[in-house]
Amino acid sequence: MKRAGFATKWLPILLLVPQLTIIAVFFYWPAAHAVQSSFYLQDPFGFGSSFVGFDNYSDLMDNREYRRIAWFTVIFTVLVTFFSLAIALLLAVKADKVIRGAKSYRTLIMWVYAVAPPVAGFIGLILFNQSWGPLTRLIGQFGHQFTLGVNYTDTAFAMVLVSVWKQVPVNFIFFLSGLQSIPKSVREAALIDNRSASGRFWDVTFPLLAPTGFFLLIINITYALFDTFGVIDTLVKGEPGNNPMTLVYKVYVDGFRGNDLGGSSAQSVILMILVLALTVFQFRMLERRIHYT
Amino acid sequence: MKRFTLAAAAASLLSGAAYAETEITLWHAMGGALGETVNAIAEDFNASQDAYKITPVFKGTYEETLTAGIAAFRAGEQPNILQVFDAGAATVIGAKGATVAVEDLLKESGTGFDIEDYISGVRYFYADSDGKMIGMPFNSSSPVMYYNVNALEAAGVTPPKTWEEFQTVTAPALKDAGYVGLSQSHLPWIFTENFMSRHNLPFATNDNGYDGVDGTKILVNNDAIKNHFKAVTDWQDKGFFQWFGTGWGDNQTPFEEGKVAIWLGSSGSFGGLSKKDLPFEFSATYLPYWEAVTKEPKQTFIGGASLFAMAGKSAEENKATAAFFEFLTKPETQFFWHKETGYVPVTEAAYELAKKEGHYEAMPAAEIGIKQLSLPAGAHTKGYRMGFYVQIRDVMNREYGRILTGETDVDAAFANIEKEANGLLERFAKTQK
Repeated sequence: MKRAGFATKWLPILLLVPQLTIIAVFFYWPAAHAVQSSFYLQDPFGFGSSFVGFDNYSDLMDNREYRRIAWFTVIFTVLVTFFSLAIALLLAVKADKVIRGAKSYRTLIMWVYAVAPPVAGFIGLILFNQSWGPLTRLIGQFGHQFTLGVNYTDTAFAMVLVSVWKQVPVNFIFFLSGLQSIPKSVREAALIDNRSASGRFWDVTFPLLAPTGFFLLIINITYALFDTFGVIDTLVKGEPGNNPMTLVYKVYVDGFRGNDLGGSSAQSVILMILVLALTVFQFRMLERRIHYT
Repeated sequence: MKRFTLAAAAASLLSGAAYAETEITLWHAMGGALGETVNAIAEDFNASQDAYKITPVFKGTYEETLTAGIAAFRAGEQPNILQVFDAGAATVIGAKGATVAVEDLLKESGTGFDIEDYISGVRYFYADSDGKMIGMPFNSSSPVMYYNVNALEAAGVTPPKTWEEFQTVTAPALKDAGYVGLSQSHLPWIFTENFMSRHNLPFATNDNGYDGVDGTKILVNNDAIKNHFKAVTDWQDKGFFQWFGTGWGDNQTPFEEGKVAIWLGSSGSFGGLSKKDLPFEFSATYLPYWEAVTKEPKQTFIGGASLFAMAGKSAEENKATAAFFEFLTKPETQFFWHKETGYVPVTEAAYELAKKEGHYEAMPAAEIGIKQLSLPAGAHTKGYRMGFYVQIRDVMNREYGRILTGETDVDAAFANIEKEANGLLERFAKTQK
C-alpha cells in the first residue's frame, strides 16, 4: 500500500515556514536576546555595557529579597492553584446536579471569566479600600483591622482571593464538561455499587476526572505564576513598597521601572528554566500515570 | 464653480508651502488637570508663531514615560522632548549622547542662556558636575507641610517649626482634639532625600554622586535619619502619625477627609487641593526640621521633573525645541503654570511677576514651595545623582514599610538599605563603561 504523503520533501517545509518564522521571530529571538543580556550590565540607552559573566545570577542568589520573593511565589502558586481547583470542582459537581435553571446558573458562574485581570484587581481595590471597602468592614467586624497595601499578610490575602476568584470560572467550565463526559452507564453502575455520594465521587468520578484535573493543574500553575501580573500590579497600585510580589512582577519592576536590563534578563532566564522544568515534569512524570480515555 | 475649487485648492497648497511648520513632540507624565495645563501651554505656543508646532503626548507615570523614551530612543523613534523625573536624572544624564544639554541647545539657537536667571534651588539639580544645565527644570516642586487650619485652631496650636515642637506640643494637642497629627505621601522623597538637604547632610560620596559613578556610596545609614525614623515609629505608637501605605493618594485622602491634621505633600499638590472643595480651610508652611540636628535649616531639593532635548534630531527640529523652551521659561508662561498647578516658577523673573500680580497676597500658601527652595543653600543641597535610583527608592519604600508595620527595626532596615543601595550603585557604575 502506498503511504500517503507529499510528493517532494520541500512542500511540507514550505508550508511550515510561516509558523516557524513566527516562532523564531517572536519566541526564540527574544529569548536568545534575554540570555545574552543576562551576561551584561548595560546602560539603558544602549551606550555603555560591561560583560559581567554570571554576576547578574550570583547577585540574585545572594539577594535575600529575591529569595523571599521566590518563596512567596511558591506559596502564592500553591494557594491559588489549590483553591481555584477545589472551589471550581465543588461548584461543577453541584452545578452538574442542578436541573431547573441549569443554564442561567452556569452562565452566572462563568461570566467572571470575561473580567480582565487588571479589572479584577480594581474590583479588589474597591472591596478592600482602607476607609470604606465593604470587605474591609466585614473583616473589621471580626476584630481585624484589614489594611491593603500596608500589612504584608493582608495584601497577600487580597492577591490570593482576587486571583482565585478570577480563575474559578475557567476551571469550572472544564470540570463541568469533564463531568458531563462521564458515561451515564458508569454512573448508574456506581450508583448500584455504592450508596454513599461522597464514596461514589472519590472512587469513580474523581479518577475519571483526572485527565481534566491534570491539564487544569498545569494551566493553573502557569496562571498563578504569570497571568496574575495584572491583579498584582493593580492591587499594589504600581508601587511595590513592602507589598508581596511574584517573580514575574519582580522582572517588571527591575526591568521596566528600574531599567536594569541585565538583572531583569537574568530573572527572565530563571523563569524560562522554571517553565521548561514544568513542561518536562508535565510530559515525563505525570502523563504516564494519567490515562486519557 | 469648478474653477473656484481649483483656485481654492491651489491657494491652500501655496499657503501650506509658505507655512511649512516644523513639528516636534513632547512626551510627558502629567495626567489629569496637569495634562490639560500642558496642552494649554502647547496650544499657546503653537498659536504664538507659525514656524513650529508641538504635540504633547501623555505617556503614563514618570517611570513609564522614562521607559517609553528609552525604548523609543533605542529604536530611533525618540520624541524631541522627554520629561524625566528626579529619580531618573542619573540615568538620562549618565547616558551622554542621549540628550542635547539645554544650555548648549539654547546658546546655539541664539536664544541665550544664563543659569543665574533661574531660582537658586533649581539651578543645579539637573546639571552636570561642571554646573552645565542638561535638563530644563519644568515642573519643579518641593515637599511642604500642609495643615488643616480649623484643626490646629481647635487644638489651640500653631503649625510646628521643628519636629521637637511637633512631638511635644502640636501632636498631643491635636490628638486631644480628635485628630491624627501627621501623614506623609512619599517616604524616600520627604523623609530621606529632603531630610538630608534640609539638615545639610551629605547623601552620597563623590559630592552626592555628581562627581561620577565610580565608587559612589550612599550615606543613608546615619544617626540623624535613624533617630528620625525611631521618632516616627514612636509617634505611630502614640497615635501622632499614621502611615497608609506606599501609594501617594492613600496618605493624602485622610487629610482631605479631615482625619489627619497635617500632611506632608508636594508644593505641586497646591493647585489640586485648592480646586477640591475641602470641608476645612488649609494652608501650608515649611517642612519642619530637627533642632537637635541643625540650628540652621537649609533649602530642600526640587522634586518633580525636567525636560530633556533628545539627541539625534535635525537642526531644524532642535531649533523648534529651543523655541519651545524659550516660550516655556517666559515669565508669563511660568506664572500661568505656577498659578494653575502649584509647581514653582523656575525663573526669578517669573517669581517677580507672580509677586507683582499679587498672587501670594490672595494665597500666601502658594509661595511656600518657592520660598523653601530659596532658603540658604548648604554644601549638600544642590541635589544628588545616583544611578538605578528608582530601585533604590523601591528598596527604601520596602524597608520603611517594614519598619512601620513592625516587621523590622530601624537599625536593621537602614543597614539593609545601605547594603542594597550600594550594590545597585556598583552595578550602575558598570553599565556606564
